[in-house]
Amino acid sequence: MLIIFAMFMSAVGLYFVNDVLFGLLIGIVVWIVMCLITYFSGDKMFLSSAGAKKITKEDFPVLYDVVEEMKIASGLPKMPDIYIIDEDAPNAFATGRSPESASVAVTRGLLVRLNRQELQGVIAHEMAHIANSDILVMLYTGTILGTIVLMSDILLRSRINTRSSSGKGGGYIIILYLLALILGPICAQLIYLAISRKREYLADACAAQFTRYPMGLANALMKISSNTDEMKSANNVTAAMYIVNPLKFDKVTKKLNDLSSTHPSTQERIKILTKMANVDFESYEKAFKAITHKSQSPVTGKMSKGVSWAVPLAAAAISTAIPEEEPPEVKIQKHRQTENIMWKYNDYIFIECECGTKLKFPPEYKGMEMKCPHCKKVHFV
Amino acid sequence: MGGNTLTLIGVAAAIIFILLIIRIYNSLIAKKNQVKNAWAQIEVQLKRRYDLIPNLMETVKGYMEHERATLEAVVKARQIAMSSQGDAKSQANAENILTGTLKSLFAVAENYPDLKANQNFLALQEELATTENKISFARQFYNDCVMNYNTEKEIFPNNVIVEVFRFENFTMFEITDNEERQAPKVQF
Repeated sequence: MLIIFAMFMSAVGLYFVNDVLFGLLIGIVVWIVMCLITYFSGDKMFLSSAGAKKITKEDFPVLYDVVEEMKIASGLPKMPDIYIIDEDAPNAFATGRSPESASVAVTRGLLVRLNRQELQGVIAHEMAHIANSDILVMLYTGTILGTIVLMSDILLRSRINTRSSSGKGGGYIIILYLLALILGPICAQLIYLAISRKREYLADACAAQFTRYPMGLANALMKISSNTDEMKSANNVTAAMYIVNPLKFDKVTKKLNDLSSTHPSTQERIKILTKMANVDFESYEKAFKAITHKSQSPVTGKMSKGVSWAVPLAAAAISTAIPEEEPPEVKIQKHRQTENIMWKYNDYIFIECECGTKLKFPPEYKGMEMKCPHCKKVHFV
Repeated sequence: MGGNTLTLIGVAAAIIFILLIIRIYNSLIAKKNQVKNAWAQIEVQLKRRYDLIPNLMETVKGYMEHERATLEAVVKARQIAMSSQGDAKSQANAENILTGTLKSLFAVAENYPDLKANQNFLALQEELATTENKISFARQFYNDCVMNYNTEKEIFPNNVIVEVFRFENFTMFEITDNEERQAPKVQF
């Protein structure tokens, strides 16, 4: 990734001032600046661009509890911050610069659709990203990719404007330059995608190990992939950070799955998880090889020898009461709960009427009073 | 000249040897601390469960007057677990009995629709369920750490260093309940 970036910047320098070093220098400066920005506020920028709102335990106890459970299972040093995104499409991501300062975000649609065990699988997957330091790698590679795309975009445009005036350089330099401008972003993207795909598999394997229950994640992936809403707040660079590619509904890209997708095919991930005979890395590796027919798996060499499942997820003592398919009233209640959170964090004002109705006012509401739609009692805002 | 070179080689070898020992020693210490830390995590959650049970009793008392035996079993199991000061093994046994009594309490609670509609009870149920899960996960992490530490201790040359510095042994937090030992059911 860095090499491509360096080559890209040298090509830019070569063209503009006939000096490779100058381009490299600019590249290094830009890169350092971007990295500093990323390191100190990349996660915040990413979260706010996704419209994520930070929540507390009182807002959604089950989500908080599940995150804390997975924090313990993964042995992370600190509880990550929890965010909710106001989107109907079910999805989740983790971000941050280190296990000590990480965040997990899930969409409203995810909370409504998944039951506890499935949510646990998804959160375990995100915790694995945090524990494996994927979040920082993805932030950095994402930043470099973003820089390359941005630069080539600006330069390609300025190139068109200056074409008539620039008479310098041989034809081959221009071709080289154009090639770098066009191929740079593509190569960078492909590498970015390869990195992210490999990390998805590894996070799946870790999630199975943390929860000791691969079917939870498998069922969750099934529910998530059967959804047809596209996420409005995701784009090409941020897509790789989600648990399932949020921009997937394109017949063309589906066919180019292996090279151009940020994620391995979800069907394949589900098949591997379902085929796991046991819940350790070894059986993930076996299942991976059986399904993909590849000789090397992303978890090869990452195995901690001897760590077998001395303890299966016995837990479930009390939580086995959770049915596979939740009854409608539970779903409605979860809908209410998540919507209330979104209203609360969008500065809505709540007024509880005596008849049990909860009136909600948007912050833009200018009126002084409001009649309750049920009992007609007048409330003052 | 030749003697000098030999001494130099000897000194270099000694330094490398000492550095190697320091490295192995530090890695063992790190693993040991991880085990201790993991154990502390379990204790935090166990304590949390002890603290929750009186609240639960207070809430269900009014509804489950005919279930004296079940309630008393929970209270008694809690007392035994709290006073158990033994090693990981005996602690694990006491905790498993407590888990069992709680399980039957929640099973019995299914028969009381009024109780199941009680918001306080529902909140407590989620709280106990998550604590139960956290105990399991903390135990799982602890066992993984012990396994890691033991493997590290046994391989050569670490085992020599372990002998010299007398590293302690840790036992796993085992499950005795046969039902719990079984793999989770896979449904599709």
